[in-house]
Amino acid sequence: MAKKSIRVRAKFKDGVTTVRALMSHPMESGNRKNKAGKKIPANFIQEVTCDVAGKTVITSLWGGGVAKSAYLSFKLNGGKGEKLKLTWVDNQGKSDSVETAIKG
Amino acid sequence: MKRRIFLKGSMAVSALGVALGAGLLTPTAVLAAWPDKAFHAKKMSDALNALLGSDAVEESADITIDVPEIAENGNEVPVKVISTIAGIESISIFAEKNPSPLVATFNLADNAQGFVSTRIRMGGTANVVGVVKAGGKLYSAKKEVKVTVGGCGG
Repeated sequence: MAKKSIRVRAKFKDGVTTVRALMSHPMESGNRKNKAGKKIPANFIQEVTCDVAGKTVITSLWGGGVAKSAYLSFKLNGGKGEKLKLTWVDNQGKSDSVETAIKG
Repeated sequence: MKRRIFLKGSMAVSALGVALGAGLLTPTAVLAAWPDKAFHAKKMSDALNALLGSDAVEESADITIDVPEIAENGNEVPVKVISTIAGIESISIFAEKNPSPLVATFNLADNAQGFVSTRIRMGGTANVVGVVKAGGKLYSAKKEVKVTVGGCGG
């Protein structure tokens, strides 16, 4: 895991923090077939959690219907200068996480 | 200098990977919460029952579904769900005609706002439905997206 799979931006403005995250992942739904007509096994992110100041703000559970290079954005009240941690876990048990500070 | 920081960062990540692989952290407990049944349901009502325990949904004007009218590529349809309902517990996104209608569900803490945005796959022209759970009740809104090329394979 030499390369980070997550890019995250968190910005605080007018009392609200907007978090935007991009996770590079194949997000294979399990419904697609390859050229030989065989189904490509499912490989997608199942869960993304985001903690701010050690407290979980959002837990997202995903199916195979989320697009490739998964994008997630949400907003929370407050959070200026706090630490943010974003973690994903896929259906094959792989995971990655990233930490960043919320910019004020 | 930057390179050094990068290396340190990637080492920390791989250390985490090892810890996860060895089961030192608890992603398995987390994974157990993934509602397998809801995500594999073929019908929207089944998915609603499995995920939220009910398919009694009330239409609400306080939910905005922000989607393109026409999506040229069903592989990447941007969806925003915005709601002003108080006390939101979760927001779920459904694409009515997908093989598995439930696309994603977001559990929100008290300090999160009623806003989520992501990109989804759509098998064809269908309604995108946003279901908001607040105060134990379900509210929904929907909007049709015309899809030129479907993105669910087959």
